[in-house]
This record gives sequence, C-alpha cells and structure tokens, in this order.
Amino acid sequence: MTVEITQQSADADAGLAITQEETAAAIETPFRRFVSEFLESRLALGALFTLGAIILAAIFAPFITPQDPYDLAQVDILDGRLPPGSEAFTEYTMWLGSDGAGRDLYSAILYGLRISLAVGITSGIIAIAIGMSVGLSAAYIGGRFETFVMRIVDLQLSFPAALVALMLVALLGKGIDKIILALVVAQWAYYARTVRGSALVERSKEYVEAAASLGLSHARIMFRHILPNCLAPLIVVGTIQTAHAIALEATLSFLGVGLPQTEPSLGVLIANGFEYMLSGKYWISVFPGIALLITIVSINLVGDQLRDVLNPRLKR
Amino acid sequence: MSELVSAGPPLIEIQGVSKRFVKRLDIAGKIARRLGAGLEEETVHAVDGVDLSIDEGDVVGLVGESGCGKSTLGRMVAGIMPPSDGAVLYKGRDIASLSGDDKLEATFAVQMIFQDPFSSLNPRMRVEDIVGEAPVVHGLVPRKGMSDYVDEILTKVGLDPALKRRYPHQFSGGQRQRIGIARALAVKPKFLVCDEAIAALDVSIQAQIINLFMDLREEFDLTYLFISHDLSVVEHISERVVIMYLGRVVETAQAEALFAAPNHPYAQALLSEVPRLDQRKRDFQPIKGEIPSPLDPPPGCHFHPRCPQSFGPCSSARPVLKSIGPDRISACHLND
Repeated sequence: MTVEITQQSADADAGLAITQEETAAAIETPFRRFVSEFLESRLALGALFTLGAIILAAIFAPFITPQDPYDLAQVDILDGRLPPGSEAFTEYTMWLGSDGAGRDLYSAILYGLRISLAVGITSGIIAIAIGMSVGLSAAYIGGRFETFVMRIVDLQLSFPAALVALMLVALLGKGIDKIILALVVAQWAYYARTVRGSALVERSKEYVEAAASLGLSHARIMFRHILPNCLAPLIVVGTIQTAHAIALEATLSFLGVGLPQTEPSLGVLIANGFEYMLSGKYWISVFPGIALLITIVSINLVGDQLRDVLNPRLKR
Repeated sequence: MSELVSAGPPLIEIQGVSKRFVKRLDIAGKIARRLGAGLEEETVHAVDGVDLSIDEGDVVGLVGESGCGKSTLGRMVAGIMPPSDGAVLYKGRDIASLSGDDKLEATFAVQMIFQDPFSSLNPRMRVEDIVGEAPVVHGLVPRKGMSDYVDEILTKVGLDPALKRRYPHQFSGGQRQRIGIARALAVKPKFLVCDEAIAALDVSIQAQIINLFMDLREEFDLTYLFISHDLSVVEHISERVVIMYLGRVVETAQAEALFAAPNHPYAQALLSEVPRLDQRKRDFQPIKGEIPSPLDPPPGCHFHPRCPQSFGPCSSARPVLKSIGPDRISACHLND
C-alpha cells in the first residue's frame, strides 16, 4: 500500500497541473485495481480468510493448543484413541479426540499443518526460483540451449508428478530435506514452462530492444525488465502448485515413503489413523483429512480467483 | 550540415550492410530433404548491401514501402541487431570491433525512438526509472542525482516532472512518445534513429513531436535517421532522402531536388502518390502489383516486374548506384 501513498503525494505536488480526469486515472493504480477485482468474489474472499486463519493457526500452534504432541512428558498413552469430546488425563477436553499414542488430535493437526505448509511452501519457493531462472534464460538465450532445456521440461512433464516424487523418495530415503528435494524436482518444470511462455512474448517487445540499445547488461534486462512482466502467470501457477505440493507430500507420507513419524505432517496423521478406520475410530484419520481438504481447497480457490483477475484476456 | 565538408570521418557510415534471416530446417525437414523432398532453407534478404554515410547534423529521411527493410536497417544502425555482412562505423570505427568504454560511447551515441509508444515502455517501471535507469547504471549520473536529472530531461521533452512517479499506462500516446524520447536523450546521444516514430500518433500530436525533434536537434546538435513511409513528413524535415526498395537503396538525393524531379522510376511512382492540395482532382494510379516476396526476389533490378519503363538489361543485371548529379545517386539502367 506504500505504492498508493507515494503516488498520491506525487499527485498532490503536481497541484494544478493535473486535471480531474488525470486524478481519476492516477488513483486507479494496477495494484489497487487488482485488489478490488480480487475482492469481487465472496467465495475467494472467504477462501482467503480461511487460508489466512489456517496459516496463523499453524504459526501460533504452540500458543493455542493444550498439548505439545512431540513432548513425551505431555503425552499419556492412557489417553489413546479417545473419541471426540473426551476429557484427557491431564484435565483438558480433547474436542477432536486422540490418536493411538494418546496425542490430542486438535494439537497434532495444528502441528502437522506447520510441517505440511512449511514443506509445501519451501519446495514451492525453491522450485519457482529454479524454474523461473531456467525458463527465463531459455527464452532469452534461445537457440540450442532453449531447445535442450525445454525438451528436458517436456520429458519431465510427461511423467506424473507423483511418480517422479515417489521414485526419488524411494531412492533418497526418508527425511524432510529429501521430500522437499523430491517436490522441487517434481514441480520446477511447470514454472520453467510458464515463465518461458510469457518471457517469449515480452522479449519481442520494443522496450527490451530499447534496454539493449541503452547498453544495459543481459542479466539486468532479464531480471529487471522482462521478469516483472512475467510475474502474473507465475503467481497463479505458484499458488495452485503449492496446493499440489501439499497434497503430494500428504500422499507420499500416507504411502509411508514421505516424512518420518518424528515429523508428523497431516499425511502421516492420516496414515496413522487408517488402521483404526474399520474399528469405528474414524476421527484419527478423518479430522486430519478434513484439515488437509480445507487447506487445499482454500488455496485452490484463491488461486482460481488470482487467475481470473490476472488473466488479461478476461479483462472486463 | 551536409554541405560543409567536415574534417573527420562521417558520424555514421554504413558499409555494404546486409541482413539475412534464415529459417533453418528442423530435424523432420532435414530427413525429408535427405529423402529427396527438395526442401530448402528459406532466406529472407531483408537488407541487401546498403551503403550510406551520415554527417554530423544531417537529417536523413529513409522511405520505402512496408517490408522493404528500412526498420531492419535502422535497428542495425542502432546496434540492436548485428548485420549479417558489412559494418556500421561510428566516427570511422566499426562498432562491432569496439570494446570497453569506446563501445559504451558508441552505444550511447546512437539511440532509437520506436514506433509503438505502448510496447516501447516497460509497463512495470515508473517514468523516473525508465528515463533514469541507464544513466545511473552506467555512472553518468550519481544515484542521488537521478531525480533532478530526470526532472531536467522531462522538462526538455515537454513533460511535467511532477508526473515522473507514474506508470506508462497513465499517459496518452503523445506523452508516451515523449517519455521514449526522454529515455534516449538521458544517455546524451549524438544520433537518433526514429523508426516510424510518429506513425502511431494522431496528426495533431505528430506535428508536436516533429517540432520537438527539430527543437532538440538545435539544442543538442543531434543527427537524425528518420525512417518513415509518410513522404510529406520526410519532405518537411529531411535534408537528404534515401529511398529503399526490397532491401536495396534505389535513390539518394537532397530532399528538394528529389521531390522536384525524382530520377528512379520507383521514386517517381512513389512521389506521384503523395496527396497534394493542388492535385485534388487527379486520379491516383497506385504502383501495379505487390512488392515481391523477399524470400524470392526478382533477378536483376528488383523493381523491374512493376516498372513501366523496364527494358532489356533490367531483368538480368543488377543496376549499380551511380552519381547522376551533385550529391545524388540512383540505381537505374535508364541512366546508362
């Protein structure tokens, strides 16, 4: 919002020189228009609030949960498999019940969200950084380098992401760093293709030629001139891919090749409760599953609205 | 001015410059050719052996139909595109062979003004950064002095410096073109290549921008290569006019002499099409046919399939540019 403030103060300085029409145009900055168009959809607004609440709850989990599920002193095996609403041994209500080891599910879900979100977002950021650089340089350099890189991307995208990640985790073994690596490898190609597509369009525009004739360096033209104009599709793909990454991580963990028991993400929690499903103790799997579902759906709804707002072909 | 014989080499000299665009065969095409499909690589001769020298202070108009290679030539002069053959010389030295500070000096000296005022400005940058970036990055102006420097340049091109924190989409076409001019002026150029710089503007705005070009010329001793298809504009501002047809120069002359009596049949045809008040009732006769494809240019004189006066040698021998008067050259077999 600092953008708007400086904009307006600049306008105020201009004083009489600015006609009414110009003032109206000045207020309509790209960012402000983007915000107002985004908020037009109530569904997207609700999703954004939900997502914000989920992220805040994950960050502040230690302060809003009755139990630290990793602290063995606080977990009592006698509390195991209690149905929702039961009273725990240490005198608090387990609203969502407890799992086989006696962990309060509400606490475990919030702590699990921390890991799921951290893994999804970290792998997303690394994959964006790699895919963006690769796609941008492919579009800028062109020629054989571009052909070579984009064929690798095609090859990568012809395999299902889950399969690529599964193979890598099977090779590398368990661990949070390995799962992040696997998710990065499974995702970078989407970003590379997205950025390359929009960078090709931008590269042929005259402002790039102007920058070249001003003697600016290639790196500067790529990252300061072309890249900012390719960000819109990258943000959209980034949001939706992050949701995919979270789902993929949960899938791998559920299959038992993802995160270890010591770092229980939502996928691990679901897997833990799975064996109790048939004995009627549904809550151990279902509540983490619902938490995962809400997270992914709200990210996707936000991503869909971003896509609608940032798509120049849908401009109203 | 061009009449004065300057002591040093010309500011810009174009020596036998050609530009070819080759569409290479892909793997499937290569295999098909190996199997005897008779596929060839397609080559476009956008610019074909052009010589031109421009002295300091000159205003040279470059005219021709669309697709004749005038924009490509302009881009090669501005250093945006490397020539396939030949060389562009700045003050007698080949720009391609320069390095370090000399190269930077030559880069700054030749700047380009673009046709499209919408795509030629980066939509994500403020005017201040568009104009001030290059001088600051290259150390012409300290970072702290950027704001004042941008104010100064914007005032020179007739824009209110108070608007410098805005984005390009908040300006009209004419204002955007002024921003483009300010961006070029910020690196203190000696030579401006204006590639259809006014073609995308309203007529009233065109006049303003032309006047701006002429004012700046006096203030900064600028030299211009003015690329346009609008002959009346070229007649108005140019001292010398170069006419191109399908990648080749067909006639070069002083503007007055050329407009009074064009020599080359293409020049005659082109100039007779300029609408004039005193010829209001005339029936205009467009040049017959289309401009031939540069993929497969006609042999001999490129213009002969459309030329009303073509004869024997026209379809076989390429006419050379010959001097046909003071400071005037033309490439036509009729002059032999």
